[in-house]
Amino acid sequence: MKRYEYFEATADVGLKAYGKNLNDAFENAGVAIFNIISDTSNIDALKEIEFEITSEDEVSLLYDYLEELLFYHEVEFMLFSEFHVEIDGNLHLKAKIKGEEIDWNKHERKTEIKAITFHKMDVKKTDCVELQAIVDL
Amino acid sequence: MSIKDEIKKVRDNVYEIPGTYNKSMRASGRFYIADEYLDELEEGAVEQIVNVSCLPGVQRYSIGLPDIHFGYGFPIGGVAAFSLRNGIVSPGGVGFDINCGVRLIKSNLTLEDIEEHLDELTEKLFENIPSGVGSKGKIRLEKDEINDVLDYGAEWAVNNGYGWPEDLEVLEENGRMVDADSSIVSDKAKKRGIPQLGSLGSGNHFLEVQIVDEIFDEKVAEVYGLEKGMIVIMIHSGSRGCGHQVCSDYLRIMDKAYKKYKINISDRQLACAPLDSKEAQDYIQAMAAAANYAWANRQMMTHWIRETFEEVLGKSAKDMEMDIVYDVAHNIAKLETHKVFNREEEVLVHRKGATRAFGPGREEVPEKYREVGQPVLIPGTMGTASYVLCGTETAMEETFGSTAHGAGRILSRSKAKKDFDADEITKDMASKGIRIKATSKHVIKEEAPGAYKDVDSVVRVSDSTGIAKLVAKVRPLSVCKG
Repeated sequence: MKRYEYFEATADVGLKAYGKNLNDAFENAGVAIFNIISDTSNIDALKEIEFEITSEDEVSLLYDYLEELLFYHEVEFMLFSEFHVEIDGNLHLKAKIKGEEIDWNKHERKTEIKAITFHKMDVKKTDCVELQAIVDL
Repeated sequence: MSIKDEIKKVRDNVYEIPGTYNKSMRASGRFYIADEYLDELEEGAVEQIVNVSCLPGVQRYSIGLPDIHFGYGFPIGGVAAFSLRNGIVSPGGVGFDINCGVRLIKSNLTLEDIEEHLDELTEKLFENIPSGVGSKGKIRLEKDEINDVLDYGAEWAVNNGYGWPEDLEVLEENGRMVDADSSIVSDKAKKRGIPQLGSLGSGNHFLEVQIVDEIFDEKVAEVYGLEKGMIVIMIHSGSRGCGHQVCSDYLRIMDKAYKKYKINISDRQLACAPLDSKEAQDYIQAMAAAANYAWANRQMMTHWIRETFEEVLGKSAKDMEMDIVYDVAHNIAKLETHKVFNREEEVLVHRKGATRAFGPGREEVPEKYREVGQPVLIPGTMGTASYVLCGTETAMEETFGSTAHGAGRILSRSKAKKDFDADEITKDMASKGIRIKATSKHVIKEEAPGAYKDVDSVVRVSDSTGIAKLVAKVRPLSVCKG
């Protein structure tokens, strides 16, 4: 199964992330985000950040989670490549994300993500889970 | 039936979607677009004009400007004013990059003065003004100092040695919205703002050394201090992660608010709250604080640009008369007085990808420009011309004193990456005498001029419909991209 893919949105870029369950799909969405900003294959998992969030529904949880990734990227000046996510039945998410401090001599410098949008944001659950988001560049 | 079949022509380059198109509309939609571009206009953008016209308290028209394209919730190139009695405020009507804007700095230099230094100037500007994804500003704020930046904007910058006191006279709002309240801004927004203050950003943001190529209106150009052959500098930048976080914070808050206040919206990105609610008042104060951050940011970069010119050319910035012409915000919401059905009324004007274009006589326009109307700065895309226009009486009457803000993207970034080659673009620009420095080849491809609508057409429609009048054309000599 594909972990994630991108689709076109005029000024910006859309992503779909897949997983066998919600945790899995959220983890793959993290990889998709950092392959817009840089190339995760070249980001070593040297330092770990942990965070927890609770939201009112699954779509909001996806929004809050992706925003949180951008927040730690900017504030810790880090790029991430490994994502471990646990979501419980009360829409409470625990994440451990691993990466390293930005070094533009080492890391590929692609595009800045300004923000996550609610536009066409979706969490689809069938046999597997499919997430959809459009990011504002 | 397509929504575009409902469009009626009002006059050349001006169209209307009648308020009778659907039952929820509280006003008609009105938009300005080149007649020949009407077919190409995305249906989605027209639908967004209609969606905005359905919001409570909308006044007169939901407006689309000549660079209108699909945005999130509100279209980009969109203007809507709301009544203070029953209207709303929506973060989606301002956008993620609060007070993204443009500043123009003039000089007494000519091409002859800088030609042989242009390579060095480009290198040093790129070095001295941090840009690109994951870039930090050059200064490190003390923790509480961010509150002063948010409360005082460009005034904070000038008081801390970035620029000249007289700079403040020629910034929209004098570079500081007094409604700002840093205590309303989240810690997350402050944390994102602290390391990035004094940085250009990425994407379509730029810093250009330009030359005044053509004057369309000698009288107004003289008032603005512009003449043909003059070297000028243009900055296009915003409020960085700080403003993006404020927008995100309030999108979430408004997402709960619109349900609480039972406002019908057709798109989650239109989430809003009644103007007399706490949520709305908090957003207005936090947005003003983020706007102040952007003015401080552009002010600091102005200081480093002057320092760089001093270093390379060996003259003082004062001797080179590197005065600011003007600084405009193109993503903002403001309380302004406008004529609504022959009555002067205070309304909250949302401008998303729209430039204020106040005409002659308005007291918000700096005194030295008041007689001719405010300068309107419309940036082109990488390697293409940009324009200076002036605000007009027609804009006051028709568009709440607003006009277009730029070219408007037509190709997605991924398509641009496939269609264009960075080296070829750089070579093509070099053949036109334009130097380019960018943090990566990705940004050169994504920002290829061919990925944007023709800015010439956007300003031509602004001019011909009268919602701003052409004053001068500037073209780039050197481009720094994040």
